[in-house]
Amino acid sequence: MSSLAAITAAQKLGGSIHGFVAGSGAKEVAAEAAKVEGLEKVIFVDNGAYDKGLPENFAPLLVENIKKGGYSHVLAGHSAFGKNLMPRVAALLDVQQISDITSVEGEDTFVRPIYAGNAILTVQSSDSPKVVTVRGTAFQSGAAEGGSASTEEGTDPKVESPTEWVSESLTKSDRPELGSAERVVSGGRGLKSKEEFDRLMPPLADALGAAIGASRAAVDSGFADNSLQVGQTGKNVAPQLYLCAGISGAIQHLAGMKDSKVIAAINKDAEAPIFQVADVGLVGDLFDKVPELTEKLQK
Amino acid sequence: MSGLRILVPVKRVIDYAVKPRVNKAQTGVETNVKHSMNPFDELSIEEAVRLRERKQPVEDILAFSAGPAKAQDILRTAMAMGADRGIHVVEEKVELEPLTVAKLLKKVVEDEKRNLVILGKQSIDDDANQTGQMLAGLLNWPQATQASKVEIDGETCTVTREVDGGVETLKAKLPMIITTDLRLNEPRYASLPNIMKAKKKPLEKKTLADYGLDTNQRLKTVKVTEPPARQGGGKVEDVDGMISKLKELGAL
Repeated sequence: MSSLAAITAAQKLGGSIHGFVAGSGAKEVAAEAAKVEGLEKVIFVDNGAYDKGLPENFAPLLVENIKKGGYSHVLAGHSAFGKNLMPRVAALLDVQQISDITSVEGEDTFVRPIYAGNAILTVQSSDSPKVVTVRGTAFQSGAAEGGSASTEEGTDPKVESPTEWVSESLTKSDRPELGSAERVVSGGRGLKSKEEFDRLMPPLADALGAAIGASRAAVDSGFADNSLQVGQTGKNVAPQLYLCAGISGAIQHLAGMKDSKVIAAINKDAEAPIFQVADVGLVGDLFDKVPELTEKLQK
Repeated sequence: MSGLRILVPVKRVIDYAVKPRVNKAQTGVETNVKHSMNPFDELSIEEAVRLRERKQPVEDILAFSAGPAKAQDILRTAMAMGADRGIHVVEEKVELEPLTVAKLLKKVVEDEKRNLVILGKQSIDDDANQTGQMLAGLLNWPQATQASKVEIDGETCTVTREVDGGVETLKAKLPMIITTDLRLNEPRYASLPNIMKAKKKPLEKKTLADYGLDTNQRLKTVKVTEPPARQGGGKVEDVDGMISKLKELGAL
């Protein structure tokens, strides 16, 4: 998803756009990626050493292919993968990366939020190439079908990674992915316990077909998994509807959700800062209001 | 086996609880407000100190900061939390870019023969999330970013990192770069006796020129503006009111 947003951002620069994929079966993945609208060519490197996206070998691989292609701009999604990898690439190229852009103002000028979204910075880069990561929710994702790019094998410097990938533990869910969901329901400290979070939030999410998010307070208190955290230090979301319960609205949380189309909040504290940004606010006890809302939405 | 020689870079930033205000000239935010250590850097110091407390063979913990004279306070805080000494590269005029800081840190790593650098994953002012990765790239060292758990056994570091959708675990040999995520630990408060002791710990002052670097900026600030304000849409009486308002707004 974040890659599609990066392609949209790249299109605003006006030139031709090449995609890059590496890993086992990259040739097949490249053939798929070639259908993505907006791409002219997809470079692939078929080598299982790149499957886990380890920056120690992926960065030199990218650098090699960036130099070979003579690119003026290198863009990636500001995802866990992009955040981990791209600054290493930028350092190897001796350029100053521009992180998490929300707008492209010109070939060398970009807009990005700073101070947890409390200020908006416009910067002009004198570097070449320009290395940029893109905020997924700030750009429309282009179509994954309809394009007809060519594919071409890239160069593989075969740098050994000193880092060994051991294991992963991903939260499984049938719900839409938090970062790209149309609707998000989010719970905070007001839910009081993991039991209450698990009792009240999933049915509400199901009634709306929404992803579940959480505030940092809820995550730190163990009510919800880390990967659900919305905010400056968690995920940025910008769904059509962000419905939150028991979240006061600290600036760090607002940084992650204030670009949502419609914000709705349930909180028992009428003075909670969340009501200053909510389009629809309901003052009340979430333990009454959330089940009632869930029931009425199911009808 | 040699011991851990840890470097912890810390940054002085506007306190996380202060709402930043854009200045009239649109060149930045008002800085005449409370400042503190970047929260992610507190986690880095804490982790370094805990490694020592876990009986890891820690030779020393060096805290480092580059910035205005007042950044010295942040280094003293780091030393009160348990760092052994500090280096302060004094730079009053410009806010150094992550690439410059990474180059500076590379020199410090080499001069001070460091084998572990623990940095915060991002500073809460520029939100760049770059310095650790850049340093790892410049040194050609392994990196483990957004760490929520660090275990060191001899020369081997096992790090659990926060990724989209869950966690992953990596293993690498020292030397290594680690960046901290919020879940890594709970930083301690410096006690008064430790604050007093920290005043006597060595703090070396340096300049960028000492490391052969300048303040050359790759990025030019065109302007800094306030984000578009959101207007709260007012409150509804009950759940039915909420549902009809959401329908009216096209959200349902």
